[in-house]
Amino acid sequence: MNVINSKGIYYRELNKEIRKLVARGTREITLENVNGQRYIGDGIKEPVKITIHGTPGNDMAAFASGVEMTVYGNVQDGAANTMGDGKLIVHGDAGDILGYAMRGGQVYIKGSVGYRVGIHMKGYQEKQPVIIIGGTAGDFFGEYMAGGRLILLGLNREKESIVGNHLGVGMHGGIIYIRDEVEEYKVGLEVNISEADEEDRKEIEKLLSGYCEEFGLDLEQVMDAKFSKLIPVSSRPYGNLYAY
Amino acid sequence: MSLSLKNPEFLIERNYDRCINCQVCERQCANDSHYYDEEMDKMLSKDENCVNCQRCVTLCPANALSIRQYPLEYRKNSNWTGEMINNIYKQAESGGVLLTGMGNPTPKKIYWDHILLNASQVTNPSIDPLREPMELKTFLGRKPGKLEFDENGNPFPLPPQLELDTPIMFSAMSFGSISINACRSLARAATASGIMYNTGEGGLHQDLYQYKENTIVQVASGRFGVHQEYLEAGAAIEIKIGQGAKPGIGGHLPGEKVGDEVSRTRMIPLGTDALSPAPHHDIYSIEDLRQLIYALKEATDYTKPVSVKISAVHNVAAIATGIATAGADIISIDGYRGGTGAAPTLIRDNVGIPIELALAAVDERLRREGLRDQVSLVIGGTIRNSADIVKAIALGADTVYIASAALIAMGCHMCQKCYTGKCNWGIATQQPDLVKRLNPEIGEERLKNLIRGWSLEIKEMLGGMGINAIESLRGNRLMLRGIDLNERELAVLGIKHAGE
Repeated sequence: MNVINSKGIYYRELNKEIRKLVARGTREITLENVNGQRYIGDGIKEPVKITIHGTPGNDMAAFASGVEMTVYGNVQDGAANTMGDGKLIVHGDAGDILGYAMRGGQVYIKGSVGYRVGIHMKGYQEKQPVIIIGGTAGDFFGEYMAGGRLILLGLNREKESIVGNHLGVGMHGGIIYIRDEVEEYKVGLEVNISEADEEDRKEIEKLLSGYCEEFGLDLEQVMDAKFSKLIPVSSRPYGNLYAY
Repeated sequence: MSLSLKNPEFLIERNYDRCINCQVCERQCANDSHYYDEEMDKMLSKDENCVNCQRCVTLCPANALSIRQYPLEYRKNSNWTGEMINNIYKQAESGGVLLTGMGNPTPKKIYWDHILLNASQVTNPSIDPLREPMELKTFLGRKPGKLEFDENGNPFPLPPQLELDTPIMFSAMSFGSISINACRSLARAATASGIMYNTGEGGLHQDLYQYKENTIVQVASGRFGVHQEYLEAGAAIEIKIGQGAKPGIGGHLPGEKVGDEVSRTRMIPLGTDALSPAPHHDIYSIEDLRQLIYALKEATDYTKPVSVKISAVHNVAAIATGIATAGADIISIDGYRGGTGAAPTLIRDNVGIPIELALAAVDERLRREGLRDQVSLVIGGTIRNSADIVKAIALGADTVYIASAALIAMGCHMCQKCYTGKCNWGIATQQPDLVKRLNPEIGEERLKNLIRGWSLEIKEMLGGMGINAIESLRGNRLMLRGIDLNERELAVLGIKHAGE
């Protein structure tokens, strides 16, 4: 176990230090007093566990593919950008464009997230990335989604809406599950809304078990609600756009 | 659907004295333009299906075929050309966006053709490249303003550089838009010629990892096939912001071209459209661009140059300055005549500016801002021959990208139908029966020959100017003169008129 006090360290030095430790074979690293340092964990392929106390900066875990990161705090924009595999667990909120073009692994956010989360997510056969969000999400959730699973729970909210507008616009693959009803006007023309059936609920329950365990939630209680299921109407939403 | 008002574009002429009914033309045409009529015992044509790719003409063993413009002529009208009338019929029937492939074919001014090169006479001897060494080696990447040394007197390592044997690279063309055999041809030829090819935004097929030292990997808005192994495989990484053929809009790879292999490489379901919108939704400013540049540098431990590719648009000089300050090592600029696998016709033909003017403006601005050493400049769209390259380098480019020329070397006949996925030459297609028509060994050989021929020509032109290293030509606008250009044009290009 290696502990780095990150206070006042420039991001480039901090990340260099992390890479050095990983290259030396360290598999558990704790970062204390993180305050806005960018790119933490980017591109790490090794199965390293990084625990972060504080608020990491933009683009954390970008292009990572195997690192398991737990953040006790909020994360800023661009976390898990094009993440290939591994895990990101956030005991707080996340900013915009979380999980852009994510290709594998899991992202668990305890709180809420910003705009354009889970856009361009990919998926191929059994390799399907998963993002689970405990709170609410902003506009353009799942825009251009091509694969994977997005689950939005909307727990612990009062009057605010569970999700913003332009939900799933341009979606052509993958599934979005939302633990509430979703108004028609919010979704893109490319999206079909239905209520999750038994089969779907089994999948949701399976995906949620790790999440609930992580954050100490009662799985049964979380499952005790209607889920909306959003899927693309067509795998070719713009197939007839052109004059040949 | 009612009767189509579209007239055929091309006329297939068959010389029946020569035709032997062998049906080669029928088998070679993916557009079903030829068929055998048993009752008449002769080959017939469907002109309306013909795209004029010349495949049948080339392969007809009896030389019985020729293809020309369809002779039907609308009443003469300089405003409403036949093409415009046909386009309106097409849209009135489909309600769609006009789509096309390859570069801008409209007769707008090509500045390369208005620039002339210098040669030495008497006062400054020319150099004979056949007998004397002539250096074309080019390094791309950030050049430090000064050398710094550690306490032992050893220099700190230079920023990462791409090393090219000749100032030519194959521009971005994705696996998906072009076939795996076309990718193989490009990758092998780049490796053999000591240059780079570029994956485009389609990811990197497993078979192509072996050529990684000569590969530039691209990261675009759809992030297709982008993962750590892919980034590590690249000799450099290029962030694609724009493309000359379609500045400001994204790409749609049609589902017809998304087969098994493309689906796996891009990680999208089989047969879906691969959608790459114009904006990267994490880049809304120069600061955001810097963030992606540095995320990529962090992810690859500062071992590779990062390039940013934009299309040449009105404020290109200011944008390039921003990109340089954002930390890019290479700026790649694509002119409005640049090619594409698919673009809306009206955008291809009307958006962006000529690369010659963009290059001159960018080089000038970067020099004025003291940033020119911090970035290398790569330009494309369009480079048609070695003289264009020499002119581009004299205007300030470090090297050029070629793509259309490379496709033509592999057998492309510029029919502009890449988006249909039915390329009869096995290049812009994913149909297995068509893909195998392009032999990657032959493709490699032809590309290598092209690079060799052009490199020899560049040396000849350099020698003629009395220059023995490409480095001495870079930004050397005194070697250029304009003809048929007005004062504004000469001022933007930063060159004198011929005779001055």
